[in-house]
Order: sequence, then structure tokens, then C-alpha cells
Amino acid sequence: MPEPDDLPYDVVVIGAGVVGCAVARLLSHQHLRVALLDAAPDVGSGTSKANTAILHTGFDATPGSLESRLVSRGYELLSDYAPTVGIAIERTGAALVAWDDEQAAALPGLAAKAGANGYHAASVVDAATVYELEPHLGTGVAAGMLVPDEHIIDPWGTPLAFAREALANGVSWLPNRHVTKLERQFDTTVIESSDGATVRTRCVVNAAGLHSDEVHALFGLAGFTIRPRRGELIVFDKLARPLLQRTLLPVPTGHTKGVLVAPTVFGNVMLGPTADDIDDRTATGSTRAGIDALLAKGRRILPALIREEVTAVYAGLRAATEHSDYQITHDREFRYVCLGGIRSTGLTASMAIAEEALALVAACGLEVIPKAAGSIRSTQVTNLGEAFERPYQVGASGDIVCHCERVTHDEIVAACTEQPPATTFDGIRRRTRALAGRCQGFYCSAAVCSIAAESSGRPMSDWMGAP
Amino acid sequence: MTTDETADVVVVGGGPAGLAAAIALRGQGVARVVVLEREAQAGGVPRHSAHLGYGMRDMHRIMAGPAYAAAMRTRAEQAGVDIRTATTATDWTGATSLQTVNRHGMSNIHARAVVLATGVRERPRAALLVPGDRGGGVFTTGSLQQLTTIHHGQPGTRAVIVGAQHVSFSAVLTLQHAACRTVAMVTPLTRHQTYAPLRLLTAGRHRVPIITGCTVEAIHGRDHVRAVTLSNGRRIDCDTVVFTGDWIPDHELARRGDIVIDDTHRGPAIDTAFRTNRVGVFAIGNMVHPAETADVCALDGRHAATAVRQWLEHPAWPTTRVRLIAEAPVAWVAPSRLGEPGTAPGGRITLRVDRLTPSRTVAVTQGTTTLWWGRPRGRLVPNRSITIPGAWLVDADPGGADIIVSLQP
Repeated sequence: MPEPDDLPYDVVVIGAGVVGCAVARLLSHQHLRVALLDAAPDVGSGTSKANTAILHTGFDATPGSLESRLVSRGYELLSDYAPTVGIAIERTGAALVAWDDEQAAALPGLAAKAGANGYHAASVVDAATVYELEPHLGTGVAAGMLVPDEHIIDPWGTPLAFAREALANGVSWLPNRHVTKLERQFDTTVIESSDGATVRTRCVVNAAGLHSDEVHALFGLAGFTIRPRRGELIVFDKLARPLLQRTLLPVPTGHTKGVLVAPTVFGNVMLGPTADDIDDRTATGSTRAGIDALLAKGRRILPALIREEVTAVYAGLRAATEHSDYQITHDREFRYVCLGGIRSTGLTASMAIAEEALALVAACGLEVIPKAAGSIRSTQVTNLGEAFERPYQVGASGDIVCHCERVTHDEIVAACTEQPPATTFDGIRRRTRALAGRCQGFYCSAAVCSIAAESSGRPMSDWMGAP
Repeated sequence: MTTDETADVVVVGGGPAGLAAAIALRGQGVARVVVLEREAQAGGVPRHSAHLGYGMRDMHRIMAGPAYAAAMRTRAEQAGVDIRTATTATDWTGATSLQTVNRHGMSNIHARAVVLATGVRERPRAALLVPGDRGGGVFTTGSLQQLTTIHHGQPGTRAVIVGAQHVSFSAVLTLQHAACRTVAMVTPLTRHQTYAPLRLLTAGRHRVPIITGCTVEAIHGRDHVRAVTLSNGRRIDCDTVVFTGDWIPDHELARRGDIVIDDTHRGPAIDTAFRTNRVGVFAIGNMVHPAETADVCALDGRHAATAVRQWLEHPAWPTTRVRLIAEAPVAWVAPSRLGEPGTAPGGRITLRVDRLTPSRTVAVTQGTTTLWWGRPRGRLVPNRSITIPGAWLVDADPGGADIIVSLQP
């Protein structure tokens, strides 16, 4: 709901990915007038929807970096918050797998690095122990390092839970606004979007992810450039889930964390990501070369995995920059907070980044007065974790509509009606898991579409994406 | 709260095979036959396949899919079959006991025999590893037919169909009915794989080019399909893509029950009496021969009913099973295990090839013994079944070596 032009917001958060939503949530706990704005029609629909969904301990971060500190703090905050709102975390742990002597030799150094990052539970183990824990691993394991607190989390429910709580506590949701211009007028910034609409605010928080450098540049500032790093991922059928107990990580190289095999909280197995530095910020398509490279790696790591059916192939873009660390800065004169260069660790670090942002908003000269704890409304998201109870198991949620993922009628209705509502098939998928299963809509897409049309009051064609 | 109940036979899946089995079991005097159907209505795939071609072999008339499904439901009701719709079998709670869930919650059903008839689905684009953007407008025949037939939705106006087998031409009809033009059919093989008359009636009549020796290498369009690129480099503008006919059995419940899956077609490995390796559990229909027409599935159901009733009367289950091995270019053979009594359902064995082949002769051997040798009726074309007689099964050694089904030059 746009506010009248003469009443500026205190803070506008540009970008409703997991970081922007976390910031909006924390700001909603203060006596501030806040808006959350995004170019897309839905929250969490950019980089945040296509990550590896790991709750990172930060064991392999660069010691002393901002990322190391915020991942570590974010891990604690999100671990505490998630169960209170329905975000699934499955406590699987992870194992770094060394496939040759050189990699094995690097493990003690990695354990020491984990210690320098404040994580002391990592332990180096021999190949026999690795096979005992993960008997389906391919041949040739040389050694391993266990990271028992590197868990998996629901990547879709996290931004949604933040956004829902933010909206329940008074934050305005302004979707479909691609920011084209930022103009300082006296002590406010006028944000102009491509649809011609304007919003005035006393302070801007840039959480625009892949486009954070563009927003930065609209203030005439420089300092970093986003170089998208495309990561292609393959999701395997749920019948593959018994093949592994924990996330199987490669020994990292300088460029990337490498290709991993991880269980997902939805009960699938994920293989990926690739790491291609590209120029096109919209190139979220998968490629033949990427798929082939992943299958070759997967065949070595977990040979039986490749015999299982593939449920989904997708690509996400990580907001990498020329710097190795997060680019978190503020400009007191412009009353501007920049949260740039947040890479794949952003999901874990999101709540800590929000704390950082709040402090910087205050440093910009805004008076930050917390609301009374009793006056803050809490909200829930539907548990999407396969390891926890889901609505169909409880009953009283209507018939199962999506059979692969066992999503009920009432969940689809809720996805289309609860704030912020789903506006696309993809939005329904991220709120319910419907259409995310092995049949990819063979059985239920038409039924889901029909329920969505009915509960949203928008025609079927809107949901089918027909031209 | 979990409730418990009992039945003589639980059939999982209320499509043509499951309903036919249930009707026949009632006809043979089995008292309590329960069909678990996860959809809101029984009938299976024919419910949303609006064109003619159903019922020839089992009902001896030609009907449209929805009418055929309705006739099956009526017969089942008249036969006293207990059909539980919107009810999903989620797991096994005993040898022949299942956990079910519906809108009221969970329950357990304990039976003396379970018949799995969970059918097949088409592999969607992701399972086929087709790269590119993930825009809307990409269907399987199944999702397309549900959209147009059940929910009266509209696909686009220019479609590319991936595949050129029976079901692909069925998709042409569906699209045509929805005023969507098929601009190309694409198959990696060197020819289409349907019967000439069907091809002429559909694609021929509407001048649909069939592009052979080609695959779809990429899909373009972030929000919605705009075009596809073929493996020959050609780009075709379209707003709809339909993936057809790469069948995968819905085998989740079977695998959760440690039922042996045939590596060839990924459905349960059954013997000549539809028995799986799990005592008291049978598998029928398209999940054991992906995929045949509805009437063939219904005949399966009838034949299986006799085997199920025999099991209820004389509970003996084979402990060893000789395998029938499909040797390339034979893609699969069904049934793929030899069971006693050594006769095939309906007297015949079904097989498919995985490529076009000049060979017309099929040989069945066990060790050095040739059990059968001959030229079956019909063409050996991929994605199309042929049958060979099964009378030779009585001569096979039930304790012997694998039986090899191969083609001879």
C-alpha cells in the first residue's frame, strides 16, 4: 500500500531477498515507518530462491573477516529463530571429503582455520570412518573432516517468515518496483521506479543483491561491482535421500566452495553448484555443459545417485564482487546503508546482517527506539521440512492436491491469500512445495492452478503463465 | 488419531488396471475389495484424455477417455468395490498392510493381498535434463490434458511436441482441440513410432512437420517459453512445449516396500502371475509395462484377479524366480520373472525395442536351450509393444539359468 507522497518513510529497504526481508523484520521491531520494495512481484524470488540451503557454521570463512563474524552470529540467531516460526532446520552435519593425498593433507589446516573462525567441533577422520558414516560414497576417498554443526535449512521459508513478520508489524510491501532513480531532496531520498511511482524516505537500505552495485551507483557512489557467479544445481528424487546422511563437501579451492552433494530439508538430494563467472545478471538458465559437469562429479562422489530420477535442474546467481568480503557500508550524509556483495552465506548470516544494518541506520542519524516486546506480533510459516510434521499428516487441511510433495488444498489457498501472497506458480512452490516434486506438475499443475485462480480471484491464465 | 481396518484385498490406484482387478475380484467372490485412489475421482488417465480410442479390447467398443473412465467406475460400484477417493497410500505398516492418509488424517488398512496399480507418469523436462530457461508453457501430455479437459484452461498458440509416438499424437489432438497449432514434432529417431493411420489422422491432416533425428537442446524464455533450439541448430519460435511419452512408473510405494525394481523399465519385476518379490503383493498395469493403452491395462487387471484369488485360497509364494533378461536392442520384457504356474497372463509376453532395427525375429533361450523362436506380428518399433506367445514357459527350467530374450538377424 503506497503511502502518500508527503509522508516519507523512515527507512525503505530496496530488495526483498533473504537479507532485505531480515532487515525489514528487525526494523519492524522499532518505532520506524518502513517499506520493503522489490522489482519482482514476490519476496525471495531472486538469488535467495536458488541457493544450496546450508546453514553454515562459517568454519571455512576467512578468519577475521566481516563475513566470518556475521555468519557465526547469524548461525546462532537463525538456529534460535527458525523453530519458533516454522522454518525447518535438519541437523544433519557435513563431511568434507578428500579424494587424494593432496586434499587429505589440506584437512588439518582447514580444521585449524575452523578454530580461528571460532568453530572448534571439526575433526579430521580417516577414510574407513568416512565410509562407515557414508557407505554409498564412491571409491577413492582418502580422508575426511566432519563438521557436525553444518546443517540444512529451508531456504524458501526463511525470507518468507521474515517478510511475513515484518508485514504483520507494519512494514509496507511494495512489489513490482524496479528502482531507476534515487534523488536527494533536502533530508529525504526520492526513490523513483520504472512504473513512474515515487517513494520518499529518510533512509535507504540497499539489499538489492545482484543489483546492489547499480543501486549504489544511483547515489553516485562506487566501490564494488557485482560479477554474477552462476551456480547450476540438480535436484534428485526423494528416493535418493537414503543414499547419504549428511552434506558431502569437497575440499574448497580459492574460487568456490566446490560441488557438493547435500540432502535438502524437502527430502531430496541436491548436486551442485557449478561456478561460472558471467556478465548477464538475468542468465538463470541451465546449460548442457553445466549439467554434464555436475553429473560427472556426482557419479564420482555418490555413484548410486546418478541412477535416480532428476526432479529439477536450475541455476542461481551469486552476488560475487571483486572483493572477497561482504561490502557493508553507510553514508551518513545520504542516510544510506549498503549491504552489498552478500554471497551464498547470506542465508545463514541474514539475521546478523540485519543487526548490522540496524546499527548503521542509527549511525545515519535516525532515532531507533525499540517497540515494547509485548507489542511485536509473531507469525508462522508452514513447515516444509520432510523430517517434521506436515499438514497432510495432521488432517483437517483438505484433500492432498500435489501428490509428490503431499501438499493439501488449504495450503495452496493460504499461499495465495496470506501476506505477502504468492502471485505465480513459483511463489506457490516456495510457500508449499507444490509442483516441486518428481512429476513437476504431470498430475497436479492444473488443479493447483484452478485453486490459485479461485482463491486469488485472478484468472487461470495468470497462473498458467499463458501468453 | 490413527484408525485400523481390514480388507481381503487392497488395490492401490483406481485407474483402468486397478478398477478392472477389483471388479474381477468381486466377480470371483472375494468379499472385501478396497481401492485406494489419491485423486478426487477414480478412472485414472482416461479421465482427462478426451479423444476416442478407449475400450476396444476390454469393452469391445470405441469410447472417449472420460466416458470409458465413467463406465469403469459404474461397473466397479455395481460390483460392490469399495473405492476410497482422495486417499493416498503413504507407506507399509506390515507385509500386506498400508498406512493411508486423507483429509481426516491417517489410518492403517490390513489386507491379505495388496495389488499395486499406481501407473506411470511422463518424465518432465527436468528429468530429461533439457537445459535452458525455466519459463512457463512447458507441459507433459498429462499436465496438458488435465489443464484442457478437466480445468478448461488454455495452452498457447504455437506448440512444439517432443516425441512422435502414440501419446505424442494424442497431444496433437488435445492441442488442436484447444486451438493451439502444433508447429513441429521432434523425435531423436529416424521416423515416427505410431500407426500410419493415426499419424495421418492427426499430424498428417494438420500438416505437422515431424523433425526426425533431433532432440530439443535448449528452451528459451525466462518468464514464458519463446523458442526452442534443436540439436541440429535450428531455432523454432513457440509458446508451448509438450514433452511426451518418456514413461517412468510411479514406483515410490513399491520401492518403500523393498520390492525389486526391474532395471530396464523401472517398474516392479513381476512374474507370470503378477507377483512381486514381496509376499502377498502383486503389481499390474502400466507400472509393469510402461506404457500400454487403457484396455491392455484393464485386461491385466482381469488376469491378475485370478492369481490374487488363488493366493487367497492357497497362500504359497515362490521363493526363487528365474529372470527374463532383455538383451539389446530389446529394451524390456514383461513379465520379467518366471513364476509357477508357468503360463503367461493372457498367454503372451510383451516386449519393446530401444531402437529401429532391421531384425524381425525374436529368440528366447535358456542356457543352450532355445525355448522359442519366431517372427511376431507387428513392427519392431521403439515405444511400441509387440507380444510373443508364452506357451514355451512350461518348458523353461524354473531352477535354471536366466532366460534371454533377444533379436536374431
